[in-house]
Amino acid sequence: MENNTNIIELKGITKVYEDGYTAVDDFNLEVKRGEFVTLLGPSGCGKTTTLRMIAGFSMPTKGEILLNGKSIQDLPPYKRPVNTVFQRYALFPHMNIYNNIAFGLKQKKTPKDVIERKVRRVLDLVDLEGFEERSVSTLSGGQQQRIAIARALVNEPEILLLDEPLGALDLKMRKEMQIELKNMHDKLGITFIYVTHDQEEALTMSDKIVVMNEGKIQQIGTPEDIYNEPRNAFVADFIGESNIFNGMMTGKLRARFCGGEFECVDDYEEGTHITAVVRPEDVELTDPELGVIQGVVDSVIFKGIHYEITILSGKNEIVCQSVNSAKAGNRVGIRVQPDNIHIMIAEDHTNLFFADINKDYRLEYNDHLLDTSVTKIIKGSSRRDDGTVQDASGEAIDPERMRIQVAIKPDDIEMTDDQEAGLINGTISNLIYKGDHYSYIIHTELEQDFVVNDEYLWNMGDRVGLMMPVDKMTFTLKKK
Amino acid sequence: MQFSRKNLGIPYFIFLLFFVVAPLIVLVFYAFTNGQGQFTLENLTGFFTDANTLGTLFYSLAVAFVTTAVCLLLAYPIAYILAMSEIKTKSVIVMVFVLPMWINFSLRITALKEVLTLLEGNLARYPFLNAVVGITYDFLPFMILPIFTTLSKLDGSLREAAMDLGADKVQTFLQVTLPLSVPGIVSGVSMVFLPAMTNYVVLDMLYNSTYIMGSLIGSYFSAYNWHGGSMIALILLAIICLFTLLTSDGEETGERGGALL
Repeated sequence: MENNTNIIELKGITKVYEDGYTAVDDFNLEVKRGEFVTLLGPSGCGKTTTLRMIAGFSMPTKGEILLNGKSIQDLPPYKRPVNTVFQRYALFPHMNIYNNIAFGLKQKKTPKDVIERKVRRVLDLVDLEGFEERSVSTLSGGQQQRIAIARALVNEPEILLLDEPLGALDLKMRKEMQIELKNMHDKLGITFIYVTHDQEEALTMSDKIVVMNEGKIQQIGTPEDIYNEPRNAFVADFIGESNIFNGMMTGKLRARFCGGEFECVDDYEEGTHITAVVRPEDVELTDPELGVIQGVVDSVIFKGIHYEITILSGKNEIVCQSVNSAKAGNRVGIRVQPDNIHIMIAEDHTNLFFADINKDYRLEYNDHLLDTSVTKIIKGSSRRDDGTVQDASGEAIDPERMRIQVAIKPDDIEMTDDQEAGLINGTISNLIYKGDHYSYIIHTELEQDFVVNDEYLWNMGDRVGLMMPVDKMTFTLKKK
Repeated sequence: MQFSRKNLGIPYFIFLLFFVVAPLIVLVFYAFTNGQGQFTLENLTGFFTDANTLGTLFYSLAVAFVTTAVCLLLAYPIAYILAMSEIKTKSVIVMVFVLPMWINFSLRITALKEVLTLLEGNLARYPFLNAVVGITYDFLPFMILPIFTTLSKLDGSLREAAMDLGADKVQTFLQVTLPLSVPGIVSGVSMVFLPAMTNYVVLDMLYNSTYIMGSLIGSYFSAYNWHGGSMIALILLAIICLFTLLTSDGEETGERGGALL
């Protein structure tokens, strides 16, 4: 019986467009009858494509969609028992509200009096009684949205698909509609599949969230799961604000990241490379001597119910939400409760750091000049006639406001005794033998940790210079 | 003098005065006077009592009506295919229809004449058919273009919404696409119907002996009967006004909901 409650199953759905672009990659999902499922991800992550494949507007390249256990592969959109609420409503401008809502029923040759009754009932449901004769253009965005929902619901679909239905509404309206949609879902018991890029919307409304990125499912879970136990750095970063650090397990329930050693509740083998996620509201500010790490308050922004405080610890940036204000420039200690540190195994332990852009549009890090320039590393950027640099869209790259995130793999960094030769110097704070090589954490002068793999044995506490070849780095332009 | 945006309209105003208003006054003056310059309604009554002129009027109405219908039937599917096709193939199809337009008009019509002669043997045998074929050939792009524009501006999600709500392809076309392309059809029809009543050059070049309104005006003027010719031109103008009024009226009560002003 348990198995039969799946109303729709997507099995290995892959969509490759003609130009070779893979929009959706091996997508597997089971949706139970009556569930509110949200596909969440940044634009271009494949969520709308997935929805369109369920609706039948787009055919999967590979894989199978089962509705109530039967494949609906060969059914055209008009034969599928699903209805869609479109992003920009797609109400028929040449029909009045009544005819818009009655459209689906008329296709099914429903008797007139039944249509009339049903239309009135859904208009009542969306709180727009008496709007039958109005024309679409006289309605506000919110009202059009409700009509679009009514037009879909009147057909009593097995699944209601909603494609960013609240995207075009203003904030207040959006909040109201979120609650109304949720109420409607509870009342009707219809399965909702909802697409949005708004993580807050997803967290508020869904029973189950599917986080997607670049066509792949990142995590499926309840809102609580996804928020509290993000499975990877992408999910952590996308759902809510997060402080994300690279680090390594240094002992039983101990992890080193952000220049300090923290107690945690996740038990991984010593030496495991990890990604640590700390929510801003879980960062505790203390007196400097009481904190695990120390830092200087960089900025304080009042956000209504809390303050958003940015702390710099060396070059690490930590964002903290607190009901108590702090003063910029003050030294503070930082503490995090062990169960508020979310540790995940880092599959790819790439080192990330920020380089500044100088006046000549060259990159600077730790007072060293990197042997490259902005125009070489940022795709599509070019030098203008007046000497400034613009990006691919023609917008100026302002060295004051932009910086470059540099990524380099642990294998590509070389350690040296020569303190002058490295881009940055540091002390080996941890090492672990990995079978055929050693994995080191080097704590630098700028309070950052770098992970370096090396086949030779160095000693704990050794001072080393880190040599990083520019051709092994990848660069991303970031706002300051 | 301070420059204001209104001043930009001055050249157009002068143009309007010299090339629209003044000729119209001259036209009206000639239409309601006789050879001696005295006021008369003879030209008007003459037109409506002469079986020949009335016959020409109905004949050209028939030519225009059939031509417009044929143009519409040919243009709509073409415009539809164009608007719905992928961008890659679109440019090729557009070329196919635009390429003939780059060839001189008289050359095209002469070529058509040769083709028709080949097919029919004697052009005099089917004058009505030849008139329709010639004018359709000449005016088809004017019908395609506005319909194509309307269709390609049509929000694709409307068609998807119809399909989503259970309408198959035919129903979607009949209930959504077609009604929403009416503005394009209206402007296409008005661009073809009126010229089709008057463009006698095409008929002349096809050695067509039948008379449409344009030929009638031409013959009056070449016989120095400026007064009668002016009156016919004025009557045509009245028909045009009436037609425009009717179509724009239909548009307003249709879907635009008075969005014109």
